[in-house]
Amino acid sequence: MRPGAAVVFAAAVLGTTATAGEIPLADRKSGYEFMARETRAMQDDDTANPGMLWVLDGETLWKRNEGSAAKSCADCHGDARASMKGVAARYPAFNAARGRPVDLEERINICRTEQQQSTPLPFESKELLALAAYVGQQSRGMPIEIADDERTKPFLQAGHELFTQRQGQLNLSCAQCHDDNWGQKLAGAAIPQGHPTGYPLYRLEWQTLGSLQRRLRNCLFGMRAISYPFGAPEYVDLELYLMWRARGLPVETPAVRP
Amino acid sequence: MARALINAPAKAKRGEIIEIKTLISHNMETGFRPDNTGKPVPRDIITDFICKYNGQEIFRAELFPAIAANPFLTFSTIATESGTLSFEWTGDNGFSATESVNITVE
Amino acid sequence: MTRDDDMPQATRRRFLIETAALAGAVGIALPLAVKPASATPASMRAAIRKVVGEAPVNKGKVKIDVPPLIENGNAVPLTVSCESPMTADDHVKAIHVFAEKNPQPNVVSVQLGPRSGRATVSTRIRLADSQKIIAIAQMSDGSFWSNEAEVIVTLAACLEGV
Repeated sequence: MRPGAAVVFAAAVLGTTATAGEIPLADRKSGYEFMARETRAMQDDDTANPGMLWVLDGETLWKRNEGSAAKSCADCHGDARASMKGVAARYPAFNAARGRPVDLEERINICRTEQQQSTPLPFESKELLALAAYVGQQSRGMPIEIADDERTKPFLQAGHELFTQRQGQLNLSCAQCHDDNWGQKLAGAAIPQGHPTGYPLYRLEWQTLGSLQRRLRNCLFGMRAISYPFGAPEYVDLELYLMWRARGLPVETPAVRP
Repeated sequence: MARALINAPAKAKRGEIIEIKTLISHNMETGFRPDNTGKPVPRDIITDFICKYNGQEIFRAELFPAIAANPFLTFSTIATESGTLSFEWTGDNGFSATESVNITVE
Repeated sequence: MTRDDDMPQATRRRFLIETAALAGAVGIALPLAVKPASATPASMRAAIRKVVGEAPVNKGKVKIDVPPLIENGNAVPLTVSCESPMTADDHVKAIHVFAEKNPQPNVVSVQLGPRSGRATVSTRIRLADSQKIIAIAQMSDGSFWSNEAEVIVTLAACLEGV
């Protein structure tokens, strides 16, 4: 990344204005606004939104005793509707023990291994998605707000670099589609701005609920670039940057997307 | 156990036409999708859905692979009396799921 | 929103080829590019005949609500409704839906009756390609009524890898 751009970006991180090339704050739109009316209707109706099936499963898992500690999430966190309100809106967040930010799924697994004395849930497993959807839904409607944390700045920077670097056989960067060409068509589909406002979400293409990491891997595949494995720190750095880029937009979990 | 979501009014006036929305978790594997080796993944779908109102069948559907995953079905019935709306889904490989909701009709 | 008039056909394969080129699938065949088994107009007619027998099918009374341009063929919202008083003497007994170019022509068949109140059913269906959907209503007097809708199915961008 050009040194000048790094300085501008660092300044922007402390402030609230977007840097050159980024979408002006007032022009940002969720992927919801690029969808057909019928797909939006599917997201808006909790009884038609398939993502709600996972939220219900998550609610059950929240109360289930796990691991050799035989503790449930509820034992420590009580009613998720109170304790988890706003949590997904500020993730990824710095984890002191790890010395780096973690995303919500990693945070759930940290609780599972350290508090419940249980095994971590595999990425993209039904249970992990259900818990992430249940916790995420408690922030629905709240504005995304990544904390202005000195400790996360280098990772935010790394995420910004991942977003703007050219990669893959097509030598494309995320920014070229999602900053420079949002709203235009890519093979019949509108290019959204790429804000992770509703994860985990029900993607019609997957016919199931999936995580942001799964979606990012789809992007990398489309760009003919190498995908990082699930759980790679690159995804968390990128998610941190994307959530910062989406600051102020409301959480939509569980969203529906084409 | 498959998860089902039912949206039906808890209360209705006698003679009112009510709308019932049903959603159930199921992959609805079509039998046409190739796996990594190119072989088709075997069909595994919900084939039948019945709704009963106080034991009386009021709606029945036969589903085919063309029904989207996590089948969503909306239909209507006349609110005749208070009681129970029961829902049953059956399908390939012995799949069976039931759900019920109560309704008060005044 | 009904779609009874003809629209120019844009096949899924054309979009697939465009997407494959965009994805730079050099020497890598996306599994989607393999054309799956599909119904033919003949097999759809056979499926319809199983329901209707030799009875004539009249055009009318049935309304198909489906978006004319579909974002993703995996979950297409569909509502079929039929004019009918839905009384014991005059009601819709069943609605059958067919798709012309899916691997298999049947989509869904529902049984209704005077207790239904309205002859309307909604669901989400899969459409493998841009094609025609046909809905046939079976009336209590033994008559059949139908309508059809043409839909264009597009592909989402940035798909799953193999």
